This record gives sequence, structure tokens and C-alpha cells, in this order.
Amino acid sequence: MIAELGLAALWLAAALALLQLAAGVLALRAGSSGTGATLAALVRPVAILQGLLVSFAFLMLMWLFARTDLSVALVAANSHSDKPVIFKLAGTWGNHEGSMLLWISVMALAGGLIGWAERRLPESTLLATLAAQAFVGLGFYAFLLFSSNPFARLAQPVAEGMGLNPLLQDIGLALHPPTLYFGYVGLSVAFSFAVGALVTRQVGPDFARAMRPWVLGAWIFLTLGITAGSYWAYYELGWGGWWFWDPVENASLMPWLAATALLHSVSVLASRDALRAWTIMLCVVAFSMSMLGTFLVRSGILTSVHAFAVDPERGTFILALLALNVGGALLLFILRAQTVTEGERFAVTSREGALVVNNVLLSAILGIVLLGTLYPILTDALGFRVSVGPPYFNPVGAIFVMPMLAVMAVGPLLRWRRDSLERIQKPLVFLAVLVLSAVILSLMVGYSGILPLLGMGLAAGLVIGSFLPLRGRNLLRVPLNVWGMVVSHFGIAVALFGMSSEAAWSVEKLAALDTGSQTQVGPWSVVLTDVRPRAGPNWTAIEGTMLARYEDTAPVEAAPQSRTFWSPVQQTTESALVTRWNGQLYAVIGSQGDDDRWQVRLWWKPFVTFIWYGGILIGLGGLLALIGRLIGDLKRRHATRRIADRAAAA
Amino acid sequence: MTRISGLSVLLSLLLLPCAVTPAAAAVPPPPFAYRQIEDPAREAAAQELMETLRCLTCQSQSIADSDAPMAGSMRHEVRTRIAAGEDPEAIRNWLIRRYGDYVSYSPPVGAATWPLYAGPLVLLLLAGMLLRHRLGKRS
Amino acid sequence: MTRPVVILVIAALLGLAGFVALAAIKMQQPQDDFIRSAMIGQSLPAFALPVTGEGTGEQLNAAEFRDGKPRLLNVWASWCVPCIAEAPQLAELQRQGADIVGVAINDTQGNIAQFLADYGNPYSVVASDELSQLQLKIGSSGVPETFVIDGEGVIRYQHLGDIMERDVPVLMAELRKAGWQ
Repeated sequence: MIAELGLAALWLAAALALLQLAAGVLALRAGSSGTGATLAALVRPVAILQGLLVSFAFLMLMWLFARTDLSVALVAANSHSDKPVIFKLAGTWGNHEGSMLLWISVMALAGGLIGWAERRLPESTLLATLAAQAFVGLGFYAFLLFSSNPFARLAQPVAEGMGLNPLLQDIGLALHPPTLYFGYVGLSVAFSFAVGALVTRQVGPDFARAMRPWVLGAWIFLTLGITAGSYWAYYELGWGGWWFWDPVENASLMPWLAATALLHSVSVLASRDALRAWTIMLCVVAFSMSMLGTFLVRSGILTSVHAFAVDPERGTFILALLALNVGGALLLFILRAQTVTEGERFAVTSREGALVVNNVLLSAILGIVLLGTLYPILTDALGFRVSVGPPYFNPVGAIFVMPMLAVMAVGPLLRWRRDSLERIQKPLVFLAVLVLSAVILSLMVGYSGILPLLGMGLAAGLVIGSFLPLRGRNLLRVPLNVWGMVVSHFGIAVALFGMSSEAAWSVEKLAALDTGSQTQVGPWSVVLTDVRPRAGPNWTAIEGTMLARYEDTAPVEAAPQSRTFWSPVQQTTESALVTRWNGQLYAVIGSQGDDDRWQVRLWWKPFVTFIWYGGILIGLGGLLALIGRLIGDLKRRHATRRIADRAAAA
Repeated sequence: MTRISGLSVLLSLLLLPCAVTPAAAAVPPPPFAYRQIEDPAREAAAQELMETLRCLTCQSQSIADSDAPMAGSMRHEVRTRIAAGEDPEAIRNWLIRRYGDYVSYSPPVGAATWPLYAGPLVLLLLAGMLLRHRLGKRS
Repeated sequence: MTRPVVILVIAALLGLAGFVALAAIKMQQPQDDFIRSAMIGQSLPAFALPVTGEGTGEQLNAAEFRDGKPRLLNVWASWCVPCIAEAPQLAELQRQGADIVGVAINDTQGNIAQFLADYGNPYSVVASDELSQLQLKIGSSGVPETFVIDGEGVIRYQHLGDIMERDVPVLMAELRKAGWQ
């Protein structure tokens, strides 16, 4: 019954999306005449209802997972009655059908929110935006209803479910995919806004201001999602790596890069009415990257699975949606290109100038990640295999990243429209000295590669540089969104320092230890005191107990495990982390050798935690900016209403 | 090393490591899979090389990042050769002769890979042109 | 006047079309994630592995493959589940007259003997490759794999994964191509 209810809600929501699209398009054609007005009045409520219905369908699916209803094919294939409740719930989106349903739910809810709250845009642009949203949404509805029905029943209920991949049974991971999805979907909203503005030829500051909170929101989710994913890979994979340039990771990085560029160009458009065409392009690119990410992850084009045949139908469907949405938007852009003018002009040495440089460099970085990610997949189609990994991405990316970071330190010091480098000569010299002394300092600690060295220097410059826009200002009167920029830029510096330090100064120790014997890794001495079996709800493990002592401080206990899950059968390493302010000790217990000694892997990673602290700071900065913008919007809306009231009273 | 890695289906927006079946772990790995070379300089050279060699049975991991038996065998091979004084690039080429370019994460510039290096150059030119167009023509 | 941004967008459209075309091709291709050896057509590199079971104490080396007789070289392991699945097909190949040399990867003598006792021994000789040395030398990326070696000791063909019933005639044909009568 629950499954049928969910499916019915999904069908109804799809019908409403169709109505939303038709009413929007017809209303735009009819203009503000009688029928036009009637149809136009329909669009907002339909968008809200559609959002509510599809969310209801998603809740029904969650309920099925919570009850482990094994007559539903999806539940039987992805859940297990032994699983802890939180992972049963996470199972809802830990699979293809459920995650697509989550996508469309969030997207329709976003549409509903726009329909309910958006008042800045001209009504016609809003109609076009919601129609575009319904169009994109319809593709996903068709996908779900015709080829990936999450509510399909089994002819015969099974006795027990297949389980969830044990690596996914982790609290951080339960929340990681939805976080990224919120980011993807936020960018789909930006895309709809761009299409709407293109249709009505109203690309300007109003459009930018209406879109900005969505871009900011998407960017915050992507930032946090990537940060969390990286930390998960770091502690779960058991070898201390935190970024692998894996296509799946890149699938989340590419939308982030596009969103970062978009965020900055939207600001220029909102406050200076410049970069109109460029901003529209970035909206389309950012959403393409979201679709591409979904395609890469969902199509099975990447999986190296020998046992299962991948269903090419799903991949083809997403590919078709990608081609349709992105291709359509690009064509529309070409048709409208003559009418989207360049907007306001500005000088090279100006805030806008710096933002343009930063935008172009970010786009180039995006281009490199895109090339490096897609190239092996595409050459494979032509019959030859190559691997592209860190030795490619790191140096090639750095060619663009380093100058971008330098511009990032200087740009916020410049004034809008026109400025001169002479005016900011003093802080420039100061930053240069800072970078140079950091480089010299880290050379004295020990040389280990040009990239960490440059990273260290730029990080030092940025740590101070990010706060320079605040100098000479009353800190209490600095707007929240400026604080947001400062905190995010500072977060980049912090993360960059963590990355450079990890790359330059990590120490590795592989040892075979008897219980009671001791080994040394960097400043740590570690004793393996005990090894014993452990049992969890759906796993057994071997747990090593270690006493780790940093120089002369009191010893701390670390207990890494090697876990064996039984549904499905798989081994995972649960590393033990000892965190100090200046880094982490990373401990892993492996198997027992012939000589009865235990394989132990230890790393001392100075300041590695700064990578994720930085990520959190970047997201926090985004949040500050978002709050600042929303408060500003509310105030402005309040003020206009008061003026209108007063005018009416008079 | 086993062909039954159906367990490592990519389920979500995640990087999943190689599925290691417990049966494979029953046999002790080759010694240098989990032991370092005494000489720190040589170990560092081995580590640097291993980070750029692909684990052939995993999803996007280097042999320095994997518990797969095949990765262990390759680490043993690399460390033994480096300890014997062999040049890292010679070892890379030895492996490429056996497994093709796929085994190396550092694609050589060649007939199959030139677009990887031409691409960034084009991007550099494009970026320059765009900036010139946007910024260059006004004072 | 055409603005540069329009040219860029047209380039993006072309890129999109190219990507969609290639991705579509890729998805129509059967999933093949085996990494093929690049050693096909080359001589077996020099190696020496201890023989286990019958003939223990002797060594298996590359020279023995150069006696004019084409052989199958089966790389397997007692801990590998698909190796159990291919056992009947190996027995069938042996029945049809193929000479099969077995090399057990990363294995122990006891486990090898147990496996052969359980699932049959189709091999003329079994050698143990504890450190995967031969496996790496011939570009094998997993177990089980089966190579056709001709009478000159040159690697002629590689079969990846377990041998299924339909692969038996293919392997016999490859053996014939390598000069087996």
C-alpha cells in the first residue's frame, strides 16, 4: 500500500510538472491578456504542490526502507533487516533509484520555494524560470517512472535483503551523497534562472540577486560534501591518502569549480551589471557539470565490475537528458547572444578585472580536470587505455592554480571600476615579503618538491592577505557578506597549508610487531599492547590496541580495527586517528604474518587536519555570506513594502 | 586479484576501494608488500614510484594505496628492484612493457596521449585571448 | 558581428556532441575491464620456479617451453573462487590432449595439494609462484588466466578470467594456430 501510494504521488507530481511547463510556456506566449493571466496565476501554486507531492513520495520510500519491506525490489536489493536503523534510512538514497528520487524531490522543492518566495524577478522571467525547471524535472520524472521505478514490487517477497555495501555503513557517508545532491540541485536552479532570463532577455542585477542565494547554497553544500568525502576516503581507505583524482571525486570537484567561478561573476553582475553573457554561460556550465557528475556516477561507465553487466539503458537515459538540457541551453544562448549585451565596462586594474582573471583561471582549471577525467573514458571507447592520475593533475593544475591564488590575495584590495596598483603598493610588497619568507622558512625545514614549497609560500601570503580587506574598517560595521569572503579566502589558505604540509612532511612507517614491542614514526613512539577479536552488529573484527606517545607527552590509546562484514562479505580497515593541534597519527592494523607478528602501518601527518578545517571554513564563509544576503533581501523587501504602504495611505 | 569484485560496485557518489575477499588474505603477502627498504632515500624513491603506478584490480587507486593482493605483489617487485639499485623510470617502463600505458598514472607524451598536454596549452591560449578581449582593449 | 563568446559556445556544443557520441559508443560496448598483457607475440621471459607436488625439488623454467610443443600456461590460486569454476573446463582441455602447465600464485604447498585433490589435477606440471614474479613478468593482472605458449616459447594468446565451456574450443583453436597437432 505504501509503495503504491508513493508511486501514485510520483505520477501526480510528474503530471503537475507537465502542467507547470505548459502553463508557463502558454502564459508567456499569451502575454498579460485574460488567458495569459489565468495561466500565469496557475504556475506558482502548481510548483509548490509538485514539490510537496514528490517529497511525499520520497518519504514513503524512506518509510519502506525503515520497515525493511522486502516485497519492494529496491529494498530487497539494498537493505537487510540486521542493519542499524540509521543505515536502513541511509539505504533510501544509497542506490540508483532512491538517489534519483532524492534529486527530483530536492529539485521540485526548490521550485516550490521559488514559486512561494521569489518576488524580485519580473513575473515573466519567473514564469520562464519555473517552466525551465519543470522541463528539466520532467526528464528526471520520465527516467524514474519509465526506467528506474523505486517502488516496483517483487512477484515474490524475499526472506532477507541483500544488504548495503559495508563501506557505506558509516554515519558520515550516510550524509555525504545527499549533501552533494543538494549542491547539484542548487546548480540546476541557477540553470533554470539563466534559461528564464535568456527567454525573456532580462539578464541583469535583479536576475543575479534572485539567483545568488541558490548558487551560494549549492556552493556551500558542494564545499562541505567534498570536504566530508575527502575525510571519509582518508580514514576509511586505510592508506592515509585524502584525494585520489578519482573520476568520482572529480565529478564533485568540477561542479564546485564552476560554482566558485559563477559565485564571483554573479557578484559582479549583481553589483556592477557587468559580465552578463559570461554569467549565463557559467550557469549552463555549472549545471552541465552536475549532470555530468550524475552521469559518470550513475551510468556505470566507470565501474570496474567483472561480475555484473551494467545496464546501459540508465546511462543512455542520463546521457540523453544531459545532451537535451545542455545542448538546448547552449542553442538558446546562441540565438540570444546578440541581445545579451556586455553590460557595464571597467578597467583592467579593478575589482572586476581581478574577478575576471580569477574566473578565467578557474574555468581553465575546470577544463583541465574535465579533460583529465574524461580522456581515459573516451579513449577507452576508441580501444586504447590510458591512466591519468596525480602526476598529471597536480603539476598541470598548478600552472593555473598558483596564479589564481595570487590574484585571489590581491583582488579584494582593489576598488570597483578603476584602481591602480600604486595605491595598494604597500600591502603588495608586504604580501610578497611574506610569501618569500615562508618559502625560505620551509626550505630550511627541508626541501621536498616544488609544489608543496610554492603552496606553503602562497598559503602564508593568503593567511594574512585574506584579512587585509578589513584593514582600516570598523569591524562591527563590516557587512556579513564581506566577512564571508574573508573567512572563505582564509579557509583556502588554511587548506592549502594543510595540503602542502601533508605533501612535504608526512612520515610513513610499516612495521611487523609482536604484542609488547615498540616502533617509532616521526616524533611518535608506538607500542602494540594487545590484539583481540571484536564483534559488531553485522561484522567481526581484529582490534589492535596501541599506546602512542608524542615526544615526552602522556601516551594516548589508539585502537585500529580490521573488520570483516558478512552481508555482503567484505573486509574494511578502520584506521585509528590520534589528533593533536599540529597533525594526526594515523594507525592501521593489518594481517598476522607467518612469524605471528602483526602488520602495522603508521603515519605521522603534520597539520593534515588543516585541509578539512580549511574546507569547513570555506563553507562557513559561504554560510555567512548567504545569511548576510538573505537578511539584506528581507530588509529591502520590508523597506519597499513600507514605502508602498505609506504611498497607499497618502 | 580475484575476479569476483562484484562487491565493489560503485553504489553512490563514492570512491570505493578494491574489494578484498577474506579468502585472498589467508596467504601471507610477499615480504616487501608491507615492509620498507632500510635505506630511507631508496624507500622514498620507491614510494614516489608506487604512488604513480596503478593498482590493476582496483578502482582508481595506486599500488601505494591498496590492500589488493596484486598491489602487494607489485609493491614487492618495486621495492626489491629499487633496493637492488634499479632506476625508478626503468621499473616503470618494465611494467609498461607488460601492462601497457594503463599501469602508469603518469601518461607519457605520445600518439595516444598528446591531447592531454595540448589541451592545457589551448586553454592557456584561450584564457589569454579571453582576458585580452575583456580587459586589453581599454585603458 | 560574431562575438568571441558565440564561437566559444559553438565550440562547447561541438565538444558536447563529441562527448555524447563517444560516451554512447562506450556504453554500447560490452563491459571489459580486463587488462590485457602487452607481452603477446613476445618470448616468455627467463624465470625459474620450484615445482610442487609430483617432481618436487625440480624447477620450471622458460627453456622447457622451447621444446617445439605448444602448451597452455594456466595461472591460478587455491584461494581463487573462479578457479574452482574453471576446473571442469581445464579437465576437458586436458582430455582433448592439451598440455597444461599450472602456476599457482601467492600460494602455499599444502593449499595447492588440497585444491588439486578437491577439484582434480589437469596439469602436466605445477609450479609455485609465491611472490607473483612470473605473473608480473608475463603481464598477467589476475587469476585465473590462461596463456597459449607456442613451441618456440613465444606467448601467442591470453585468456582472461575463468574458462567457460564456450572458451574450450577457442583455446584449442589457438593451440592449433600455435602449431599443435
